[in-house]
Amino acid sequence: MKQIDTRGLSCPQPVVLVNNEIQTGNVAFEVLLDSQASLENVARLLNKNKLKFEISDLGEHFIYHVNR
Amino acid sequence: MKNFLSSRSGIIIVGLMIGIIASLLQKLGNPANMGICVACFERDIAGALGLHRASVVQYLRPEIIGILLGATIISLIKGEFKPQGGSSTIIRFVLGFFAMIGALVFLGCPWRAFLRLAGGDLNAVLGIAGLITGIFAGTLFLRKGYNLGRSQPARSKINGWILPVIMIIFLFLLLAHFKPVFSSTTGPGSQRAPILISLIAGLVIGILAQRSRFCTMGSLRDIFIVKDFHLFSGVAAFAVSAFIMNLIFGQFRIGFQGQPVAHTQHLWNFLGMVLAGLAFSLAGGCPGRQLILSGEGDSDAGIFVIGMISGAAFAHNFSLASSPAGIGNYGAYITIAGLVFCTLIGFSMIEKRITRSQ
Repeated sequence: MKQIDTRGLSCPQPVVLVNNEIQTGNVAFEVLLDSQASLENVARLLNKNKLKFEISDLGEHFIYHVNR
Repeated sequence: MKNFLSSRSGIIIVGLMIGIIASLLQKLGNPANMGICVACFERDIAGALGLHRASVVQYLRPEIIGILLGATIISLIKGEFKPQGGSSTIIRFVLGFFAMIGALVFLGCPWRAFLRLAGGDLNAVLGIAGLITGIFAGTLFLRKGYNLGRSQPARSKINGWILPVIMIIFLFLLLAHFKPVFSSTTGPGSQRAPILISLIAGLVIGILAQRSRFCTMGSLRDIFIVKDFHLFSGVAAFAVSAFIMNLIFGQFRIGFQGQPVAHTQHLWNFLGMVLAGLAFSLAGGCPGRQLILSGEGDSDAGIFVIGMISGAAFAHNFSLASSPAGIGNYGAYITIAGLVFCTLIGFSMIEKRITRSQ
């Protein structure tokens, strides 16, 4: 599954990358995130696009498993 | 993950509160339409440190100290204090430098642009139009793949503590009325709300803005990039509440002429903010947001803040900053130079994305 690694990227890169992925029509991918602000921003973007996702907390970072 | 202040109602409440606080600070002594202005207040700090000698704008503004430390305190409590850095550091310094130049050509950061509007200063319309234009230009680069690269977690926590500790030292110098620190006796730098109130106001704003991710630049950028009005609803609430409070306090006076700490050169009000907006956009945050991120231990944002303070020093030492009389002798040249520089950075930092195979 395609992974989008946004760790260490500052605002708005995580949102831009995930948005680009959504634009390609892909609805099954993983997003690696490591900042609270990005977690909230990307969650908002996914919700806006009605994409469902599960969250894994790996301590150092989080993964959103997006799968419609 | 539950964070009420980052919800839609949360960000609106934060916007309303910052607007009320700003208007109150003006009522209690801060300069007109400048209850809170990150660019102006960092400029005052540059003056207090003697980095420039414009005697009317020198004061170790407690609001700046409070905002940054407020963010530090709340991010420590919430486990979000994360020392990191190393993403195109020197570029961020120069972006901060030119962001300040642009802001001082207009005379205000985005927060003050909205406060000026809320006080009836129609020159702010030009500034806000410029801000929108600059941020839009920034989003064109972002769409093409512009970014400043990844930051790294700091090897030692001390990386994240540099700016918070500097602010604690400033606070000490301020409370001790340390003599060598410059302090205006006339002009905007002498207009101050009581120290303790300013400090508490700053702390409250810092805490609210950290939780909500309040950002004026982001509010417009998110509209352009993903049609997301979340942050904008907070910024709109900020402007509306400051406007209502200004009406209540009799601080509202509409017009172009004779507005406080403002000039009427429309082109430069516009272009100054185009420059600032573009620089904020390329650096990923308005001056307020950069203070908050610095407070959270982000040394890249910290460098941007130091770049802004340096920009303020140059702006007043070399007649780049505007005054109520109009733009500085060299304000026009430096604005153009800044626009050329930022455009160059925009193009050079575009990352060619590998197109998806399959």
